[in-house]
Amino acid sequence: MTRAPQILVFTTSTISDPGVASAGLMRLKYPPQTAIIRVPCSSMIRPEWIVLAIESGFDGVFVAADGTDCPYLRDCTERTARGVEAAQKILASRGVEPERVRMAAVCSVCGEAFVRIINDFFNALSRLGPVRL
Amino acid sequence: MTGGGVRIGVYVCHCGGNISDTVDVKRVVEEVGKEPGVVTAVDFPFMCSEAGQKLVEDDVRSGRVNAVVVAACSPRLHEATFRAAISRAGGNPYMYYHVDIREECSWAHEGDREGATEKAIRHVRMAVAYLRRAEPLSKIKAASERSVLVIGGGLAGLRAALDLAEAGVRVYLVERSPFLGGNAARLGALKVFPYGRPAIDIVRSLIGKLVGRREVTIFTNAEVEAVSGYIGNFDVRIKVWPRYFKGKCAGDLARVCPKRARDEFYFGVAERTAILLPPFEGAYPDIPAIDINLCDRCGLCAKACPSVDLSQEPQTVSVRVGAIIAATGFRPYAPRNGECGRGLPGVITLHELVGALNKFGGIRVDGRAPESAVFIYCVGSRQRRAGGEGANEYCSRYCCIAALDAALHLRELLPGVRIYHVARDIRSYGVNELLYEAAGRLGDVFVKYSEEAPPRVERQGDKLVVRVRDVLTESVELEIPADLVVLVTGMEPSDGTAAIAERLKLQRGPDGFLQEVHPKLKPVETALGGIFIAGTAQAPRGVAETLASASAAAARAASLVLRGYVELEPFVAYVDASKCNACEACISECPYGAIEIVRAGSREVASVNEALCKGCGACIPACPNSAIQLRGLTSAQIEDMIRSALGHGRSA
Repeated sequence: MTRAPQILVFTTSTISDPGVASAGLMRLKYPPQTAIIRVPCSSMIRPEWIVLAIESGFDGVFVAADGTDCPYLRDCTERTARGVEAAQKILASRGVEPERVRMAAVCSVCGEAFVRIINDFFNALSRLGPVRL
Repeated sequence: MTGGGVRIGVYVCHCGGNISDTVDVKRVVEEVGKEPGVVTAVDFPFMCSEAGQKLVEDDVRSGRVNAVVVAACSPRLHEATFRAAISRAGGNPYMYYHVDIREECSWAHEGDREGATEKAIRHVRMAVAYLRRAEPLSKIKAASERSVLVIGGGLAGLRAALDLAEAGVRVYLVERSPFLGGNAARLGALKVFPYGRPAIDIVRSLIGKLVGRREVTIFTNAEVEAVSGYIGNFDVRIKVWPRYFKGKCAGDLARVCPKRARDEFYFGVAERTAILLPPFEGAYPDIPAIDINLCDRCGLCAKACPSVDLSQEPQTVSVRVGAIIAATGFRPYAPRNGECGRGLPGVITLHELVGALNKFGGIRVDGRAPESAVFIYCVGSRQRRAGGEGANEYCSRYCCIAALDAALHLRELLPGVRIYHVARDIRSYGVNELLYEAAGRLGDVFVKYSEEAPPRVERQGDKLVVRVRDVLTESVELEIPADLVVLVTGMEPSDGTAAIAERLKLQRGPDGFLQEVHPKLKPVETALGGIFIAGTAQAPRGVAETLASASAAAARAASLVLRGYVELEPFVAYVDASKCNACEACISECPYGAIEIVRAGSREVASVNEALCKGCGACIPACPNSAIQLRGLTSAQIEDMIRSALGHGRSA
C-alpha cells in the first residue's frame, strides 16, 4: 500500500490560521496528513525551510498566505511568492517537481477555500507519488 | 536556556469529548511522553477549567516544569489563558506553545481516529521541538505619550475629548468641517429621547465645557493627514485648512456673497452662500469660514468686512500622542431616485424633515401645511443585496425611534395631522417603547409591509398616494393619500470614516463601519494597538449609545496613556551582531523602518528598534547569514519543528 502524501502547511497567526481553523469549525473534511506551522506573516518564510521540509519527509508544502488582509504588509503576497519561487527553483535543480510547493491566499473565514485547495493539492501529490531526492 | 535545562510539561485537553471522541488522547500522552525534554505528559477533561489551569500552575510552581505545551482548542481562544497561568505560577509565559488539536484536528478529521491521533502527536512533537530551543522572554516596555488624538468633533468626539481632559489627559481634537458639532448639532431643536432634551443643548453643553480647557487643543477645518509610530507613540500630521477669516464680522455678511449651494447643516433643505457662518448659538469657533471650493474670490466680502483674509494658506501641525480615538461618524443613507417615490414633490427623507423643522420651524408642501403624512420605514435598510443594488443589509437601529420622535414632534406642530407609519417592524427597544405607545395613543396608524412587497409612492393630481400591502390584514392593498411622505433612512459610514480607515489602516466590517476587535471582550478597541473607536463610525446607534461608547473609548485610551508606558509583545526581530556584516539587505525589506546600521565597537552592524518593529518577520529571508531572527520564533526553532514533525523522517 502506498503511503499518503504528507503536507506541511504554513499559516499566519491572525489571518490564514483562523481560516484553517474555520474549516474545522464547519466540520469540513481534509486529509489529516497535514502539519501546520504558524508564522506572523508569510513573508517570513525562508526558501530553505521549504526545501528542508521536503528533505525531512514531507511530500508537499502549502503556504496559506494572507492575500490583501495581512495586518503587516501590503505586498506580502509578492514577497511570499518570491520565497516560494526560490524554493521551487532549488527543488527543481535537485530533480524535485516544483509543483510540490503551492501557495494561495486563505482569509480568516475561508475554511471552504482552504479545504478545496488542500484536497486538490493532496490529490495532485498522490498522483506525483513519493519524492525522489 | 540551553536544551539541557528545559523541562517540558505536555497537557492534552479532552474538551469534554470535542477532542477525545476523535483523538486518542491517551496515546498522544504516551507517545509524546517519550520525547526528549518532556518530563510530564497528562490528559485532562477541560484544561481551561480552574482545575486544568491548576495542573499547569502546580507543575510550574514546583519547578518540575519550566516549559509548557497545552494541546487544546485554537490559540485565539486560550493561548492567553495559559500564558497567564504560567505567569501566576512564577514561570515565564513565553516558554509556552499552544497546539490546536480541536479546530485544526478533531473537528476537521471526525471519524478518522487514527489520522487525527497521528496528527495530534505530530503537532505536539513539533511544539516540544520548538520549546527545546525556547528562551524566556519579557515584554518590551516603551514610554508612552500622555496625550490622545480624537478624530471627529461630533457628539462622540466631543464626549471622548471632554472625558479625557477631565482625566487630565492632553487632547488634540480634529474636526474636518469648519465647526464642531457633527450630525447631532444638525438635529437642532429636536428633542432627543429619552428625557426630552434638544440635541443642540447636549452639543452646546459639551462644547462649552471643552473650549478653553488648557488640556485641549481644537483644530477645525482640519484633517489628519498622516499617522506613523505605534501604541504609546504616534506621530500625527494634521493639515489645517484656512478659514480666510481673521475674526468675527459685524452684520449679515452671508448676504453679500453671490454664490449659492445647498446648506448641509440643514440636510440640504435650505441654501447657503460660500460664507459659512457659525451655524448655531454657542458654535465653535464663533468666526465664519469660506467654502473655498464654491468661492470665486470675487472679493465682495473682503470689502464688507476687514476680517476676511483671502491670502491665508493651509498649515501643517505635527503632534505626538499615545493613543487615538476615531469618532468620524455617519452620513444618512441617500435614497436613489425613484426609490419609494424619491424625486417626487412632497417626498423627503427623515433628515430633510429634521432640517426643515429646524430651519423653518415647520414643514410646508406646496405652501400648505400637510394634512396627512406617511412615514415609510426601512428605506435602504434590511435589504438582501441581490443584483448588486446599493441598499444596506443591516438595521440602523436608531431610525424607528427617530421617526416616532419626529412624528410626535410633527403632531405637536400640526395637531390635526393624520400620520401613518408604514413599517416592516417597529423596533422601539427598551425605554423607546414609550414613544411607540404615545404615537399609537395619539391616533397614528401603523401598517406592516413585507420585504417582498415594498410600498409604492405615486403622484395622483396634487396628492401623493402610497400603495402598500398590509401584512396584518391578509395583505390587502391599501391606498393612503398623503400630502407628505417621509422616507425613514438609516446610517452609512461617513466619507470621513472611510478616509480615516484607509489612512490609519483600520479594519472595516462588511457594512463599511470601523470594526472592533470583539463586540464583548474588546468593544472599543481596534486590531491596531492604541487606536480606539467611538460613536456611529463603529455602527449605527442613537445619541445615548453614542455618548456611552465615547466614554468607553475615552476610558480605555486614558488608562493606556496615563500609565506612562506601554508593554509590547516581545516577538520582535533581533540581530546576532557576530553574524551581521552590515549588508543592509534587511533594511530595505522592513516596511516599518525599524532597522538601522549602528556602530558596535570597531564595526558596523544592523540593529532593530524594538518599539518600531511589528514582528512580521519580512526581514528574515533577506539575511544571507541568518543573522536577523525573530524573537520567539527563530529559524532554528522552525527548522527543528519541520525535522521533528514526521518523527523518523521519510522511512516512517
